[in-house]
Amino acid sequence: MTISVAMTVNGKPVSGKVEARTLLVQFLREHLGMTGTHVGCDTSQCGACVVHVDGKSVKSCTMLAVQADGANVTTIEGLASSPDKLHPMQEAFRDNHALQCGFCTPGMVMSAIDMVKRHNYQLDEATVRHELEGNLCRCTGYHNIVKAILAAAPAMKAAGV
Amino acid sequence: MTATGIGARVLRTEDKRFLTGTGRYVDDLALARATYAYFLRSPHAHAKIKSIDISAAEKMPGVVAVYTGKDVAESKVGGLICGWVVKDKHGEPHKAPPHPPMALDTVRYVGDTVAMVVANSPEEAKDAAEKIKVDYEVKPSIVDLAHALDKGAPQVHAEAPGNLVYDWEIGSKADVDAALAKAAHVTKIDIVNNRLIPNAMEPRAAAAEYDKGTGHYTLWSTSQNPHVLRLILSAFVLGIPEHKLRVIAPDVGGGFGSKIFCYADETLVCWAAAKVGRPIKWTAERSESFMTDCHGRDHVTHAELALDKDGKFLAFKVETIANMGAYLSTFSTAVPTYLYATLLAGQYTTPVIYANVKAALTNTAPVDAYRGAGRPEATFVIESIVSKAAQELKIDPAELRRKNFIPSTAFPYQTPVALQYDSGNYPPIIDEAMKIADYKGFAARRSEAKARGKLRGIGFSSYIEACGLAPSQVIGQLGGGVGQWESAQIKFNPTGNVQILTGAHSHGQSHETTFAQIVSDKLGVPLENIEVVHGDTATTPFGMGSYGSRSLAVGGSAIMKAADKIIAKGKKIAAHLMEASVNDVVFENGTFKVAGTDKSVPLAQTVFAAYVPHNYPLAELEPGMDENAFYDPANFVYPAGTQICEVEVDPDTGVVEIVNFTAVDDFGNIINPMIVEGQVHGGIVQGVGQALLEKAVYDSDTGQLLSGSFMDYAVPRADDVPSFKLGYKVTPCPHNPLGVKGCGEAGAIAAPAAVMNAVHDALAPLGVTHVPMPATPMNVWRTIHGA
Amino acid sequence: MYDFAYHRPKSLADAVSALKGKDEARPMAGGMTLIPTLKQRLAKPSDVIDLGAIKDLAGVKVEGSNVVIGAMTRHFDVASSADVKRMIPALAELAGMIGDPAVRNRGTIGGSIANSDPAADYPAAVVALNATITTNTGKHAADGFFKGLFETALKDGELITSVSFPKPDKAAYMKFRNPASRYAMVGVFVAKTGNTVRVAVTGAGPSVFRVKAMEDALSKNFTSAAIKDIKVPADDLNSDIHGSAEYRAHLVGVMARRAVDAANK
Ligand SMILES: Cc1cc2nc3c(=O)[nH]c(=O)nc-3n(C[C@H](O)[C@H](O)[C@H](O)COP(=O)(O)OP(=O)(O)OC[C@H]3O[C@@H](n4cnc5c(N)ncnc54)[C@H](O)[C@@H]3O)c2cc1C
Ligand code: FES
Ligand code: FES
Repeated sequence: MTISVAMTVNGKPVSGKVEARTLLVQFLREHLGMTGTHVGCDTSQCGACVVHVDGKSVKSCTMLAVQADGANVTTIEGLASSPDKLHPMQEAFRDNHALQCGFCTPGMVMSAIDMVKRHNYQLDEATVRHELEGNLCRCTGYHNIVKAILAAAPAMKAAGV
Repeated sequence: MTATGIGARVLRTEDKRFLTGTGRYVDDLALARATYAYFLRSPHAHAKIKSIDISAAEKMPGVVAVYTGKDVAESKVGGLICGWVVKDKHGEPHKAPPHPPMALDTVRYVGDTVAMVVANSPEEAKDAAEKIKVDYEVKPSIVDLAHALDKGAPQVHAEAPGNLVYDWEIGSKADVDAALAKAAHVTKIDIVNNRLIPNAMEPRAAAAEYDKGTGHYTLWSTSQNPHVLRLILSAFVLGIPEHKLRVIAPDVGGGFGSKIFCYADETLVCWAAAKVGRPIKWTAERSESFMTDCHGRDHVTHAELALDKDGKFLAFKVETIANMGAYLSTFSTAVPTYLYATLLAGQYTTPVIYANVKAALTNTAPVDAYRGAGRPEATFVIESIVSKAAQELKIDPAELRRKNFIPSTAFPYQTPVALQYDSGNYPPIIDEAMKIADYKGFAARRSEAKARGKLRGIGFSSYIEACGLAPSQVIGQLGGGVGQWESAQIKFNPTGNVQILTGAHSHGQSHETTFAQIVSDKLGVPLENIEVVHGDTATTPFGMGSYGSRSLAVGGSAIMKAADKIIAKGKKIAAHLMEASVNDVVFENGTFKVAGTDKSVPLAQTVFAAYVPHNYPLAELEPGMDENAFYDPANFVYPAGTQICEVEVDPDTGVVEIVNFTAVDDFGNIINPMIVEGQVHGGIVQGVGQALLEKAVYDSDTGQLLSGSFMDYAVPRADDVPSFKLGYKVTPCPHNPLGVKGCGEAGAIAAPAAVMNAVHDALAPLGVTHVPMPATPMNVWRTIHGA
Repeated sequence: MYDFAYHRPKSLADAVSALKGKDEARPMAGGMTLIPTLKQRLAKPSDVIDLGAIKDLAGVKVEGSNVVIGAMTRHFDVASSADVKRMIPALAELAGMIGDPAVRNRGTIGGSIANSDPAADYPAAVVALNATITTNTGKHAADGFFKGLFETALKDGELITSVSFPKPDKAAYMKFRNPASRYAMVGVFVAKTGNTVRVAVTGAGPSVFRVKAMEDALSKNFTSAAIKDIKVPADDLNSDIHGSAEYRAHLVGVMARRAVDAANK
């Protein structure tokens, strides 16, 4: 079944024709060519595909593109306010060496931003580790990811994002 | 140290693209007119293929082509190779059964490739694959390693009777047996090194394109070593001349060894691209990765350590059966022999060592190198038995280790198992680790935990590893099929910026930053003017790729050599420009100077002169500033360290929690401490994963992979591990120009023993001496209740 | 995934009629179970009826001493609902333990209950709190609703609309996670209302079940000591690579005692 969808991705209106079975992540990667969002598993566990839909983190591999019809989607490509101005979470990941191969990174960053906001910019190590349950990283051992998120929380608050 | 040079904590160059979603991994490629491949995999562990009917699949919408093993064989595609010939104890080469990229008449593990569908979309390819009818005659299978060599076990290949690939040994059995017979004390262990599934977060992927006009193939692959992949595909498998095949490994999302090898899927994608005349893309689903990526470890071992009455090690004997899986993967044979048994001296002066390794075929996915490859297995045997001996002899585990450490004055130290350790100083490492871990305070922490109903334990692991593969001639003598040098090219552009082209490949290790730091430091070029190019056989010099913690020690050394050549040439140009004698010219901070005068010429000016050679000694010197170097190391490098792990066990549930983890390493000189720490963290967590969580399980009756997804295979998550405390001691490597040793695998090599020793220590009051690895809650609970 | 026809009705009535007369129509709530199932090609529905646009199916209400949760209420919204936290904090905690934040942002109570996964958390709460499940056709008592492995008392085309939980005096949920999937390997929900105690176990068996012996002992003496010698037989329990039936049986005891202690805190 072919369906027309329209949504806002990173502030820009987009539309396309998809099959009912097209996943949101496929729509982003294959239809829109936005390959920043990754696919790391087929059982909805790894979190490489996390994006924000109407401000909430979701696994874009476990949502149909048609379900996002009319929604406001933010992906890793939409975080930096300009090519030279990264989001504080992106900055914190870089400052703390919270990424190695970079494959889990888009999902990690998207989950991390959602986490910081939900916890009202107040986090401790145990909470961060627990909140990362849905994001797997095989490279960093999480140590620096946790550090980065803890560092980003006050930075996000200060930047008002 | 400059702000961006050697030793500086420089933030990574590669981060920006990864953080903004602009990295380019294989699956991100958009190829015009692309088709998509889907592989039909064997659902059986062992079966004869009686017939395959593809007629219905061919008629499905969007299908471009369907291929079976017969098509592949008819095209004269060669088998996948094992590139390392191990000679058994009688000097006979290992049994090498054929490994067709697509099964011809027999499938030998769940996941073996049976057919390939090429279609206009991935979903259509999958839809069509469901219509392929395969008539299998299921045969008995063997997945249980401990019984793979038993008489009467199902045969995996006719070419390897009794499933035995080789029966190999090192050291003198007679000497070791004699020492064991008269020793004051002998400690024995029986351990299983659990089978692991690497699970780099980016699944393997391949894309290929054939240019009919030129006869050129381009293969994009998630490879750790594109040149080696090209060499294997050209020379052995596809027969495409090397100069007609370009292999590109763009951004690669982790490898940990699993992306070293030449796999069936990428081979077939490349082969079929010419047949269908359109580009083909394939990306593994995670469940395919679980089934078909090479797995790691999987040993069954018995070991005996002889000690004198004072706890001095007298002899060490190790007998191991190693699983090879259903086919021999690219470097599989070397892992449980030359990368394992040669490490069995550890950090100790044990005078005689004997190891016997039998490699067995089973109806499971191929097993090959996985982060540490052989060295984690060796470290686990040594460090488990040493801790057990300490417990039996009631000696402090740190004390027993110290008593047997190779003294710092003994380097270079020849071990009884072939290797000559170049440098090291072990006692200060363990001292530092004990200080950081507050070993003295442990007893108090243990009793405090007891009051809370928890059993607290502490465990040591003092590892040594040989990495930085390696002197080519040694590798050749041992049966390795390739050279093990590395290449580098430093290419200045006329405007003064630099490209470093390397044969190494970064899939997380940060070469783009570290390698640039070396050149920045050495040549005085600002970091932002340097770019590291890797991963494309068309642009980079032939190189061996990245694995075995070799990139910096070998690849970095090649860069140093190339930089030396740049300086040497620059000196000649500068001498000409300054009208001085070359012998009077010195190079400092990016500038050539005539000693004792105020004459100077910056490097950039010599570069410009080299490209615009108007005032230039053309008679003696070629124009251009572009230097190549190949570096073949004189020896392996020998990182060493001690990890101390502290755990708490909940005796009611069997849950093990890591409450403290310390690692002190000697990696020689450090180029970028931030990056090294990251490597250690990641390595430790993979080691912790092996110790507490991860295990590949095949059903012993059906041969099905029971741990075939993240639902059943537990990869460590953030809340499974703590933050780590790290420390360093430095003994520079004496034989490479940077004085560096490798750091990529150390964490994974040492951690399993550290964790398991801590678990054993925690449970010792209950009389427990052995918990099977991984120490999952159920395993711990069962052990406690069987104890 | 096989393709299907997609529907997004705006009302319950439209959803019910969309389900009728199709060969294989499936309702979809959060999709957190359904979509992975479809991706693995384990189901081939002709039609998928997305309940996401039916506004009145989502939300938490307090009706007397009951908390009534709409079928489409996301796990996150249950976990953070002030009403749930005030009336039945153990239920909010349970919802906060399901999956990970992204899963909780999509997954719903109705979907979880309808699915009757042996390792799901909600069924333990539904049974221990003696909840009532309301559907478009009527009401189901908690006992008897979960019939077995992925099996409930729901008829074809019957849709859960809400679940009503009576407020207990004391309650707690203890979850022992499967180390890989993080679903419940054993989860025990204990609830005390007046002199009635209900103990419901998920993860351990083919479907959620009550432990009568523990309930009897606890209704006399609501302390963990009262059940320390009660063993659950391992015979009918699940066994897999992470937990044998014996281990699960043992964990039921441990988790039940810990739940009682937590409820008493
Ligand atoms: C990574 C991951 C981790 C998870 N961890 C846990 C966990 O720890 N514990 C846990 O309990 N669960 C876990 N889940 C499952 C999760 O809670 C699901 O959200 C839940 O099981 C199904 O809810 P849903 O709303 O997503 O339903 P869907 O997936 O949309 O539907 C599930 C089934 O219910 C049917 N259905 C849906 N709504 C209704 C209705 N109103 N009436 C009748 N039938 C209906 C559907 O047809 C389908 O058969 C996990 C899921 C994922 C992906
Ligand atoms: S791709 Fe793994 S959770 Fe979405
Ligand atoms: S950085 Fe490689 S998986 Fe996280």
